[in-house]
Amino acid sequence: MGKQKIWAKDLLEVAGVPAIAIILGLVVGAVAMLWMGYNPVIGYQSLLRGIFGDAYSFGETIRSMTPLIFTGLAVAFAFRTGLFNIGVEGQFVLGMLAGALVGAAWPQLPWLLHVGLALGAGALAGALWAAVPGLLKGRFGVHEVITTIMLNYVSLILANYLIRNFFRVQEQEATANIAPSADLSIALLKQASGGARIHWGTVVALGLVVLVAFILYKTTLGFEFRAVGFNPHAAQYGGINVTKSLILSMLISGSIAGVGGAVEILGVFGRMAVSPILPGVGFDGIAVALIGNNNPFGVLFGSFLFGALKTGAIQMQYVTQVPYAIIRVVIAAIVFFVAIKELVRRILRLKRREV
Amino acid sequence: METVIEMRNISKIFPRVVANDKINLSVRQGEIHALLGENGAGKSTLMNILYGLYQPSAGEIYVKGQKVSITNPNVAIALGIGMVHQHFMLIPTLTVAENIVLGSEPRRYGFLDMRKAVAMVEEISQRYGLKVDPQAKVESISVGMQQRVEILKALYRGTEILILDEPTAVLTPQEILELFDIMHNLNTEGKSIIFITHKLKEIMAIADRITIIRRGKVIDTVTTASTSPRELAAKMVGREVSFKVNKQEYSPGETVLQLENVQALNSRKLPALKGISLEVRRGEILGIAGVDGNGQSELVDVVAGLRKATAGHIKLLRKDITNASPRKVIAASISHIPEDRHLRGLVLDFTIEENMVLETYYQAEFANGIILNNKQIQMHAKRLIQEFDVRPPDQKTLARSLSGGNQQKVIIAREVDRDPNLLIAAQPTRGLDVGAIEFVHRRLVEQRDKGKAVLLVSLDLDEIMDLSDRIAVIYEGNIVGIVAAEDADEAMLGFMMAGAAGN
Ligand SMILES: Nc1ncnc2c1ncn2[C@@H]1O[C@H](COP(=O)(O)OP(=O)(O)OP(=O)(O)O)[C@@H](O)[C@H]1O
Ligand SMILES: [Mg+2]
Repeated sequence: MGKQKIWAKDLLEVAGVPAIAIILGLVVGAVAMLWMGYNPVIGYQSLLRGIFGDAYSFGETIRSMTPLIFTGLAVAFAFRTGLFNIGVEGQFVLGMLAGALVGAAWPQLPWLLHVGLALGAGALAGALWAAVPGLLKGRFGVHEVITTIMLNYVSLILANYLIRNFFRVQEQEATANIAPSADLSIALLKQASGGARIHWGTVVALGLVVLVAFILYKTTLGFEFRAVGFNPHAAQYGGINVTKSLILSMLISGSIAGVGGAVEILGVFGRMAVSPILPGVGFDGIAVALIGNNNPFGVLFGSFLFGALKTGAIQMQYVTQVPYAIIRVVIAAIVFFVAIKELVRRILRLKRREV
Repeated sequence: METVIEMRNISKIFPRVVANDKINLSVRQGEIHALLGENGAGKSTLMNILYGLYQPSAGEIYVKGQKVSITNPNVAIALGIGMVHQHFMLIPTLTVAENIVLGSEPRRYGFLDMRKAVAMVEEISQRYGLKVDPQAKVESISVGMQQRVEILKALYRGTEILILDEPTAVLTPQEILELFDIMHNLNTEGKSIIFITHKLKEIMAIADRITIIRRGKVIDTVTTASTSPRELAAKMVGREVSFKVNKQEYSPGETVLQLENVQALNSRKLPALKGISLEVRRGEILGIAGVDGNGQSELVDVVAGLRKATAGHIKLLRKDITNASPRKVIAASISHIPEDRHLRGLVLDFTIEENMVLETYYQAEFANGIILNNKQIQMHAKRLIQEFDVRPPDQKTLARSLSGGNQQKVIIAREVDRDPNLLIAAQPTRGLDVGAIEFVHRRLVEQRDKGKAVLLVSLDLDEIMDLSDRIAVIYEGNIVGIVAAEDADEAMLGFMMAGAAGN
């Protein structure tokens, strides 16, 4: 182990347990299909085809994994500092709104600048939204799980209210379309793949994976965050400002989620509509972080898995009538088996206690 | 006497170390069998194997002549083997009785029968003379009490062979005596005890036989009657150990640390320091003696910037550092060996090298701007590991998988290496073997001889008397007196520790 990097050690963890959890999750899904009278072999075949089958499917898989990279990273980042940011959902929503508004304004700006501004606005919105629970936690010790969950619903209502009352265009329940100068979609690939909504945001997400890994494991800031996350008492003893770390980590986590929201608007939807429900990618981000063992590269893997399952499921339902909800069962089962990894280990006699 | 436990040729190989190497151990019915060995010798590992927490890589275990395979602690418990760990495993928010019965609760109509539980706990506690309050919450009782709860927990499950892993490390002298009474009672009831400790005095006082382990191998098993502390120490370390620390002549210099009428609250918001005044000078070790819980921890915390002083002044080299942040205190060149190495001293999930820079990671030596200089951090750790003989000598090892003694070495290396003006050492040798204690003591004295100021807080009166130049006795948040070490004796200090003013 002498030369092994720290993040690589985390990554090792990532490989074993989730692999087994995925298999068990798929078995659960197969049982559910059988029980409901479907043929799981055919079901999974069409699922796979829906993920990798053609350029369009694969493009859509990439598209649906992209927001999960952002939300998964946001959850994982906060978790490394010992925070459960369940509010990624809300930070994502406000990031969407900020991205949509800035993206629609100033159509005469150069592309790179406009995109940068819109993404920056998303980051800022997410960070501000995360600042509330961050400050409450840092200053008064209010548990962030409670505050972030509550703020999720507030964020949805707030976004809807703002759109309806200030930002909607004519008779529509949505913001104006973004300007071409803020468009992140890649027209060439879109055409080549038969319309899959591939966009530059995926590249931004990949860059962020590397950046987060770098911050966590190669900088003094990351050292502080991880120390606080593992043992705040020792961190304080070592002269680290624990309150500051908690708040800062929450801000960074929120801004990652916010950028994700902005990317989704600039790359996929082009505008933000009033919505009765939360988009759900924030909650999926929790699962993604869990399966990725809160490691940035693990998050990449987890978001691919869940993005693929979600995309493949649409095709599966379309072709074989196996309901989409089956895949939610599979995802839930995978999360469940990862969460009880100790049990998974024992069932499979993978007792590695002494490691 | 009948042999109840026999471990034959037990080996345990961890990825980097052979923790146990063909160990043979036999324990007789009704005896107190001590395990003695350096930090990292493999004592806890051996006992974890006996208790079913680890599986041996090789070897056999016999209980009452029957070959057994102890695959998990439930098997051990069913065989009558109980264990109290080096670190307690109680649930703080539950009561004493709840903790004891947890896992095999008396039931009534399928529900926990609390009244019966309390009655059963009271019955056992009376039978063995282990006084506890069954209704008290575990978080509100002292460490000594918590240990009794652990022992009761084992007895409640029908333990015949009780393993106590360093039970005295966390106890006050008075509590140690009480523990010994309990051990005697258990003995007369025919129970066997395996007792791990680093204190030779304790072994001589209570053990019947002693097995000495060095680097994973059994060196010898001897009867207490036929041995001496000196012989034991030599067997354990593999060389002669000097119990006396050589110090240069006492010639104190300028005042380094000065406390004037310092007051502070404890974590329950009650006054813990009620106006402490003292000073520590260059080239001296000031020892703080006292019964546990009289304000020692708060005193250390206040100086280290980890607790607010509510009144008074703290000065370092005439500069006011009252209520400075921990970072400022560290920058002012104060080193601090904390009393609880797991709570404060280490990030257990960090590697040795990360722990070695816990306070200095951001300084130019280890970081360019905000980017860590991993090469430098690694070299730093390598050097200290060698200098302080940390085992295993691998800077990428997680602090969590080090033995207690080696964890302490990591902390001491880090603190001493910063070459501080003031070194605060709180319980610096708790849980260390005699060889390591000798090492730590030499380091502390070395700091003093180099003209540093050392503030030593210890519950171990021998340690205080051996090392200190002056001794301040603390009682209920006040310093009741400060005496020169050469004028102090145990009786007098004991008297002062009970609150009587000095001189
Ligand atoms: N879970 C583990 N994984 C890897 N190595 C371990 C593990 N537990 C212990 N070791 C190693 O095995 C050796 C023996 O450790 P052990 O804890 O048994 O020592 P000990 O005699 O109890 O020491 P101490 O007196 O300090 O408590 C040490 O080198 C330690 O680092
Ligand atoms: Mg041990």
